[in-house]
Amino acid sequence: MASTDSTTVAKDGNDLAGLEAGLDALETRQTSRTPFRQTFTEKILPPVLAVALVLAVWQALVSFKVVDDPTKLPAPSAVWDVVQTAWLQGELLDYIWTSVSRGLLGFLFALLIGTPLGLIVARVKFVRAAIGPILSGLQSLPSVAWVPPAVIWLGLNNSMMYAVILLGAVPSIANGLVSGVDQVPPLFLRAGRTLGATGLKGTWHIVLPAALPGYVAGLKQGWAFSWRSLMAAEIIASFPDLGVGLGQLLENGRNASDMAMVFEAILLILVVGIAIDLLIFSPLERWVLRSRGLLVKN
Amino acid sequence: MATTLAKAADGTESATHAARIDHVSKSFAGPAGQQLVLDDITLDVAPGEFVTLLGASGCGKSTLLNLVAGLDRPSAGEIATDGRPALMFQEHALFPWLTAGKNIELALKLRGVPKAERRERAEELLELVRLKGAYGKRVHELSGGMRQRVALARALAQESKLLLMDEPFAALDAITRDVLHDELTRIWRETQVSVLFVTHNVREAVRLAQRVVLLSSRPGRIAREWTVGIPHPRRIEDTAVAELSVEITEELRGEIRRHGQH
Repeated sequence: MASTDSTTVAKDGNDLAGLEAGLDALETRQTSRTPFRQTFTEKILPPVLAVALVLAVWQALVSFKVVDDPTKLPAPSAVWDVVQTAWLQGELLDYIWTSVSRGLLGFLFALLIGTPLGLIVARVKFVRAAIGPILSGLQSLPSVAWVPPAVIWLGLNNSMMYAVILLGAVPSIANGLVSGVDQVPPLFLRAGRTLGATGLKGTWHIVLPAALPGYVAGLKQGWAFSWRSLMAAEIIASFPDLGVGLGQLLENGRNASDMAMVFEAILLILVVGIAIDLLIFSPLERWVLRSRGLLVKN
Repeated sequence: MATTLAKAADGTESATHAARIDHVSKSFAGPAGQQLVLDDITLDVAPGEFVTLLGASGCGKSTLLNLVAGLDRPSAGEIATDGRPALMFQEHALFPWLTAGKNIELALKLRGVPKAERRERAEELLELVRLKGAYGKRVHELSGGMRQRVALARALAQESKLLLMDEPFAALDAITRDVLHDELTRIWRETQVSVLFVTHNVREAVRLAQRVVLLSSRPGRIAREWTVGIPHPRRIEDTAVAELSVEITEELRGEIRRHGQH
């Protein structure tokens, strides 16, 4: 009896550590990387097929003479020729760079203004009551509406373009941050306070990182709005001295009744917008969500 | 407002109590006017003491803990603690944007520990809760029991004299909870921290505490107190634990029954 007692006691210390290690091992889920093959068939193949289908229908419409007028619908090959010519003449990258540099620089300004603005609206009750509704309202105003006043105020120049981008993107970025802050679980704030994170320390260490998913969603939408606003501004306010961006290219195509050039411009606008999202914002969003365990593979 | 004893009196008094709750009442504005939640609570926690607050729903035990933590102010009475207490919740409340180690380091940083020492201290604390090697793990990669242990390590990183625990194991399965009871007892004895532990689980209260304080409900008042002399290590199935649990459960049931009579 005595011997069993002593072994139980001696075992107790080791036993607890062993038991705990066992529980930890049992309850920890193993995650593995998805093999490339699966990513390919589930993520890459479907959109490629969809694009191929659209091209096939488009080519069929032209080939079977359903639409017989190249000034209405150019053949895909005709559009491709225009793109290729622009590439060979070295103009294609100029068009893209003119617009992308404007768009990204404008977006950066919008980021610098929208972030503190969103933080103030989220944290200061009076400011929120005062401009919160206006900020949400501005989001539903198409930014193309800002082009005429911006032209009158600032003239036909790059500042006008940036002004339109700001008016389109700042509300999205600020609102994203506001909703991000609103969705911070109160438990985190309480936990932060007991750790001594109050005031600015609380904002920096708890509120901002906790609001990051909403903020990144706001950035993503902010970029979409920046790009749309910029295209609207370039189309409406095209002016030779400004350099030819993708919006101007579209407008030039319309003026020359060159449907292939119009299609070229539309495709490029679409591709660039998607590319920036896929290269910058989607990975950023995925990283933020995945590192918090919010993106669960199924 | 929790004032610091060391400030309120001379240095000697700070050593006699980890927390002193002195005739504290708390009421909230409810639909039927002011609603009294805590009524004249007086309770001291000695340095190194382990006290459990036991009560049914609506006894205001979490409210009392929030008052002691300084997250809320009492309507009447005084609360004094020896420094700012650490608080552990039923949910782990770990920050998902930080790794387990960085969660602990944040607590150290906010306490003013120099950057050079934080990493080492965090590793030590992880080792204390037997999670060596979990430093770089994200919160979602840990099991429920592991998360609560990291939360415990983070609370201990504050090096408070008093650790407040608000039903920290209530959401865990029975086996994990049992293991964590042993862990908490071991860590409490190693660190000599004072613990004020809130629970509605009688056996948990008896298994852990040196003193069990039973609160009545609506409003919360101290109904009875037991000193638990059962030596450690205790087990949930010990007869002494069971006998005292039966006694306390009877009392608790009596308290609950009173509410059905009118």
